Amino acid sequence: MNVAVCIKRVPLSPGRWSLTADGTAIDTSGSAMGWTLSPHEECATEAAVQLIEADGGEVTAFSLGTADSTEQIRELMAVGVSRGVLLETGADEWDPQATAAALASAIRDDATQYDMVIVGTESADTSGYQVGVRIAHALGWPIVTNVKGLTVTGGVARCERVVGTDREVYEVSLPAVIAVKDGVNIPRYPSVPGRIKARKKPIDTLAPTAAPARLEKVTLALPPQETGTATVLGTGPEAAPRVVEILKEIGVLA
Amino acid sequence: MILVYVDHDRGVLDELSLQAIAAARGIDADVQAVLIGVDAVALAPRLGEFGVATAHVGVHEGLTDYAPMAAGRAVSQLAERLQPTAVLAAGSPRGNEVLAHASAIVNEPFAADCTSITLGDGVSEVTRYRWAGNVFEQARVHAPMLYATTALHVFAADPQSGSAPAAIVEFAPDLTPADLAVRVLERTGGGGGGVSLAEAKVVVSGGRGVGESGFGPLEELAELLGGTVGCSRVVTSAGWRPHAEQVGQTGTKVAPDLYIAIGISGATQHIAGCKNAKTMIAINSDPDATIMSFADYAVIGDAATVMPAIVEAVRAAKG
Repeated sequence: MNVAVCIKRVPLSPGRWSLTADGTAIDTSGSAMGWTLSPHEECATEAAVQLIEADGGEVTAFSLGTADSTEQIRELMAVGVSRGVLLETGADEWDPQATAAALASAIRDDATQYDMVIVGTESADTSGYQVGVRIAHALGWPIVTNVKGLTVTGGVARCERVVGTDREVYEVSLPAVIAVKDGVNIPRYPSVPGRIKARKKPIDTLAPTAAPARLEKVTLALPPQETGTATVLGTGPEAAPRVVEILKEIGVLA
Repeated sequence: MILVYVDHDRGVLDELSLQAIAAARGIDADVQAVLIGVDAVALAPRLGEFGVATAHVGVHEGLTDYAPMAAGRAVSQLAERLQPTAVLAAGSPRGNEVLAHASAIVNEPFAADCTSITLGDGVSEVTRYRWAGNVFEQARVHAPMLYATTALHVFAADPQSGSAPAAIVEFAPDLTPADLAVRVLERTGGGGGGVSLAEAKVVVSGGRGVGESGFGPLEELAELLGGTVGCSRVVTSAGWRPHAEQVGQTGTKVAPDLYIAIGISGATQHIAGCKNAKTMIAINSDPDATIMSFADYAVIGDAATVMPAIVEAVRAAKG
């Protein structure tokens, strides 16, 4: 089975947010800042690697972004991805429709035929909730999103998602797109031999062109920072009676 | 006219969808609803209480439970026929999913998790969440019809007094077997103790500071207050608690009457999931933890000694 995963390089989520001077991006210049993978996509990759470990085949990581995205592709190569395809863009962000169209055609036109595409349900940064769905429609494949449990048997993907305290079960025939959520598995850490092997694995580069953005970012803003200070009810177990008073005051304790 | 997709599940209307209706009514008094599945025929008249005069219900023999591709197809077909200025839904997992499908089918853009919407002729302006609400994006949506969802708990459901039940108009969506292939086949209890995290009025949430074996008093307190237990990402990553209990950007977003954050430092990704709580109490041994600037009340101390005392005091107060 061959599996494509779509992954995105995103800023590390900081303790305190700040924006670039023109207000169009997260400021990543601070010394503590860096770049990482969207968390759902770490899990997407782990899911793909587990599937090929069980059934054979290869995992290819597709990433649309700047040339620096090779850093994240290499990270994933250290945990079992065989090959990377970078859809290289300039610094300007692509909107979800253009992103999905480019990823879908790169997957469709690739020399490898894929049985499955695994993505994150939404990216950490733009939080658009749609690239996987658009890829599925472009490929004409079914998609299950918000997946928290995944098994594949006999060409059928059994997917679980959480609704309230229940789990819903879906089954789709391959080829299919699966959009996972953080928690579907616990991603492994790269080993030293894994990292060494990763250096020699191939990354192909494509140069897609974007249609004008139809969801067009104008500017970013930070919500008003919470500067509130909590009212301290006390220190240690002696604070318990004050806690009970507050619980009564706000009506959660009769 | 604005068309709002209203979700329902197991005979219950989705309360979050009522927030999307309120947001729509803030833009246009003429709001119609679309619901999918024959079960909705009995539920939809109640939408009249929220200012919806007409509710369209998509009925098809293959629609026996939630089926996201089919629902997206049905919503897009109805929207093409009715030509509303916008199609909205709640920014819930299902709302975002159905509108992603509907907009992908007609190849139109989709703006998820909006906090404000201004419709224009061919170009709408929205403010939407990025980073699960830690960053706001001002965006232009270039489309004749806006597909968008509303960020959860930003708009309040707005009951109208003296309103008539919504009129039900059934329609028959044109669905393919492929659309219907993605649907809920079975449903199993998750063992969360009955109270769903997303809807709980009280969430007693623990982080690293609680420790693997320290969740007993949190469970007791949750039970005493009729609430449920939550936790931070560190806790689920360590395997201490199930992922279904994780509160945060990549877990469940909650808006309870009371959120008690115990041994939780207040990482950005956690705050994104609990900042809409009406009241927050933080229990933490570090008086300078980030969580303190989001909490209303704080107890400084170690969970291991503070929690048993609170459980005891609450039990005594309940008599």
